[in-house]
Amino acid sequence: MTAAIDALVPAMLDICGRGNVITDPLELRTYECDGLTSHRTVPALVVLPGSAGEVAAVVAECARAGVPFVARGSGTGLSGGALPHQDGVLIVMSRMRRILEIDPVSRRAVVEPGVTNLSVSKAAAPFGLFYAPDPSSQVVCSVGGNVAENSGGAHCLKHGFTVHHVMGLEIVTPAGELTWLGDGTGVVTGYDLLGAFTGSEGTLGIVTKIVVKLMPLPEVVHTLLAAYATTSEGGQAVSDIIGAGIVPAAIEMMDALSIEAAEAAVHCNYPSGAGAVLIVELDGPAAEVEAELSLVRSLCEEAGATEIRAADDPAERAVIWAGRKSAFAAVGRISPDFIVQDGVVPRTSLGAVLARIASLSASAGIRVANVFHAGDGNLHPLVLYDDSVPGEPEAAEELSGAILDACLEHGGSITGEHGVGVDKSRYMPKMFSADDLDTMQLLRCAFDPASLCNPGKVFPTPRLCGEVPGHRRGVHPAVAAGQAEIF
Amino acid sequence: MAVISDTRSALTSACAVVREGLAADAVAGIVPAYVASPASTSEAAALMRAASAHDLAVVPRGAGTGFGWGLPGSRCDLVVDMQAMDQVLEHASGDLVARVQAGVTLGQLSSVLGMAGQQLALDAPAEATVGGVVSTGTAGPRRFRYGAPRDLLIGITAVRADGVIARSGGKVVKNVAGYDIGKLLAGSQGTLALITEATFRLHPVPPSAAWVTAEFGPLGRAAAAAGVAAAAGSALVPSAVELDWSGSMLRMGVLLEGTAAGVAERVKQMSSVLASLGASLTVAVADVPVRWWDQVPASGSPAVVVRVTFWVSALGEVLEAIAASGSDAEVRPAVSGPAGAGMLYACLDPGTEAAAAARFVATLRERVAGPRGGVVVLAAPPAVLEAVEAYRNVPGAALMRAVKDQFDPGNRMFPGRMAGVI
Repeated sequence: MTAAIDALVPAMLDICGRGNVITDPLELRTYECDGLTSHRTVPALVVLPGSAGEVAAVVAECARAGVPFVARGSGTGLSGGALPHQDGVLIVMSRMRRILEIDPVSRRAVVEPGVTNLSVSKAAAPFGLFYAPDPSSQVVCSVGGNVAENSGGAHCLKHGFTVHHVMGLEIVTPAGELTWLGDGTGVVTGYDLLGAFTGSEGTLGIVTKIVVKLMPLPEVVHTLLAAYATTSEGGQAVSDIIGAGIVPAAIEMMDALSIEAAEAAVHCNYPSGAGAVLIVELDGPAAEVEAELSLVRSLCEEAGATEIRAADDPAERAVIWAGRKSAFAAVGRISPDFIVQDGVVPRTSLGAVLARIASLSASAGIRVANVFHAGDGNLHPLVLYDDSVPGEPEAAEELSGAILDACLEHGGSITGEHGVGVDKSRYMPKMFSADDLDTMQLLRCAFDPASLCNPGKVFPTPRLCGEVPGHRRGVHPAVAAGQAEIF
Repeated sequence: MAVISDTRSALTSACAVVREGLAADAVAGIVPAYVASPASTSEAAALMRAASAHDLAVVPRGAGTGFGWGLPGSRCDLVVDMQAMDQVLEHASGDLVARVQAGVTLGQLSSVLGMAGQQLALDAPAEATVGGVVSTGTAGPRRFRYGAPRDLLIGITAVRADGVIARSGGKVVKNVAGYDIGKLLAGSQGTLALITEATFRLHPVPPSAAWVTAEFGPLGRAAAAAGVAAAAGSALVPSAVELDWSGSMLRMGVLLEGTAAGVAERVKQMSSVLASLGASLTVAVADVPVRWWDQVPASGSPAVVVRVTFWVSALGEVLEAIAASGSDAEVRPAVSGPAGAGMLYACLDPGTEAAAAARFVATLRERVAGPRGGVVVLAAPPAVLEAVEAYRNVPGAALMRAVKDQFDPGNRMFPGRMAGVI
C-alpha cells in the first residue's frame, strides 16, 4: 500500500464505516478483475459507499490526494472497464441497490447504480412496464455498469441501447461534486452531457442515481427458430426479413460449433445436424405481430430452412432462448479456454466476414464458434484454445485481433457492446485518427482534468489537459512541476 | 484595411467561395463581414483554420430555418454556409444506414431514401439541412417513438474551432468504441464545432399511418392529461402523442403506424381507450400528419416561443399552470407539442407586450420549474429576453461550460447563442 493510500484510510473509514473499507490483502484480491479475467490488478484499497453523499466524499478525498479511483458495479464487464488501479481506490457500488421510485404514468423508474438490470423490469412488471436494455448478464449486471458501458443486449435491434433509455443521471464528478445530467424528461437542455456520459466507461465520473425510461410490456411476443444447413442461408433469411421492412425485436444466429457447445451444456435440443440456427423474436401489438409472423415464417422457409419452430408462451420461448443465452459459457464444454470477441460489421457484410473468419480460423488451426446479433451485425466470435498448449494463447490472441481487422475493413467497429476498457485501447488508433482521439479527450479534460477517474481505459495514450490543442511540445508543465503524473 | 484584406485573402485561399456579408446574412442584426461556402470537409477545415488564425467569430448556417429559435448570438464575423455540401454520400439500404453531407436537405434525403422504402424518422421542415437539424436537435411529433436527432445519429464528422477534423461513431448502428462526440454536437447549436457530415440509422416507411383525434371541452384539461398518459403508456405502440390547445379548443392526436390491417385494428382499440375518458372522437386516417400536428410554430413567426418540459404524470398540473399564468399575465398562449414525450410549446402572438410575455414566463417558472422539467424561452424579442432569462437552473451547466472551454477556448463558435447555459 502506498503512503498516499495509507493516509486516505482514516477518512474512508469515517465516510463509509468500518465494515465498508477493505484493506486486507486477501480480501482485496476478490476485486482484482471483472468479467475479463485475463487482466488482473489488485486494488490498493476498496470502499463500499452506501449513498451518493458517501460516493461524493470518497471521490473528493481521492481528488484532494491525487489518488486514482475506479468504480465497479457487479463486475460482469467483458473489457476490463472495472479493472482496478494498483495505486488507486476501487469504489464498489453494490451496496447502493435500491429502486427508489417507479412513476408508471411517466413511465420512469429512479434507481441506484448497484441495482441489477433484471430487477428493474421485475419491479416495473406489476405496472405493465419493463426496462428494455437486456444484456445477457441481466440477472447480475448492474444498471450503473450498463450506463458506463452503454450496454445493449439481444433486443437492442428494435428497442435501442442503454443510452436511449437513460433519461437522467445524478453523478459525482471527478472533483467530487454531485450534479445531475438531464432531468428525467428525455428532452435535452443545453449540451447533451447525459448522452455523452453514457458509454464513457467510467472515465467521466461515477453514477449515483439513474432515471430510466420504462416501456409498456408488448401485447404479444412470438419467437421463431429456423434451422439452416449453412450460416449463409441463415444470413439470406436475415436480409430478406429486414428488406421486407420488418424490425424484429431480436435476430440471433449461432453456427454449428456454438450449437454443439450449447447442446453439450444445456441440452437445448436444437435441430440436429443444423449448420446454423436463427432465432427471430417479434413483439408488439397483436394486430401487427400476427401478420409479421406469417411473413417472417415464409421468408425463413424460402431461404431454405430445414426446420421451423415457433413459440408464443414464456416457457416455450425460454426453451428456444436457452441455447443462445448459454452460448458464451457453453463453449467451456468444448474448449478449456476461449476469448469472447465483440466486433461489428454492416449487416450486409456478415457473409463476407464470416467467410473470412472461417479462413483465418483454418489457417491458424484455431477453432472459432460464432454467435451473433445478426440483425445489427454484431459478431461474438468465440476463439477456442488451450492455455496449456505452447503457442496457442498467442495464436488465439492474434486470430482474435485479425477478426477485428476484418470488421474494420468492412466499415465496422471494434466493439458493439462490450466496450473498449483495457482490452481494446490498443485497437482504437486503427479505428480512429489521432485527431479523432484527441477530440474525444477534450471531453475527458472537461470532466476530469487531473485524469484520476478510471485512468488508463479506453484511450491508448492520455492527453494532458492543460495543453493548447495542436501545440504539444516538450514536457507538460504540470508534470515538470510534479503536479501531475501520466497514468 | 490591411488587416481586413489579410483576412479576406486568408479566407479566399482556404475556400473557393467567399463573399462579403449582406444584410440578408445578418445574425441577430449583425451583418457578418464574410460568408463562405465550403464544398468539402477539407475545405471547411482550411476555412476554420483561417478563421482561427484571424480570430473570427464563426456562425455555421444551413438553410436558416432554425435560426429564429435560440438566443440571437453576440458576435458574427464569418457565416459558414453549408448548403454547397449537398451530397448523399452513401445509402446502404440493406443496412438501413445513410451517410450524408451537412448541407443535404431533409426533403432531398427523403426522396433518395423513399426510393428504397426507407426514411430518416425525424419531423423537420423539408428545406432544413441535416447539419441544421442535428445542431438544433429538431424533432417533431414522432420523437415520441423514434427520439431526437441524437438518437438516430450513429456517426459524425466535424471541424473543430481550431480547424482540426474529427470523427466519432461510424456507420454501424451498434458501436460503443470511444466517446460519442455526435451526442455532444447534436443540439449544441453550432457552439462547439462545425458539423460537415452525419451518418444516420434509418427506418422502413410503414405502409400505413392514421391519426386518432380526440376533442376535449375547453375545461377538459384533466381529461386531456389522462388521455395523453393513457395513449403514451399504451401497448398499441403509438408513434406520436400530441396535444393542441388554443382558445376554446383542446384536443389530442395519436399517430399509429404499421400495416393497413394492423393500423385499422389499433385505431379501433385506441379510439375506445380515449372514448372511455369521455372524449369526443374524430378518427382521421392519413399518411401525412394532419395539418396542425406539424405546425410546431415556424421559427420567427410568433413573438415568443416557450418550451415546457415535464414528467408526463405532471401534465395535468402543467396545463393548469399554463392557464393560471396566462390569466395572470393576461395573455392567451397557443399550446401544442409532443405531450406524450414530456414536452409542449407555448406560443404568444407577435403583438404581445414584452412585459406581459415576461410575466407569463416568470409566473410559469414559479409554478412548474423544479428538478423534473423546466421552462426555456426558445424565441423572444430582445425586450423580453432582458426581462427574463432564456434558461434557468440547467442541470450540469458548470460541466457544459467546461466542455465549451475545451472545444472552443476562444469562444468563437456562435458566441452568445447559448448564453445562460454556457
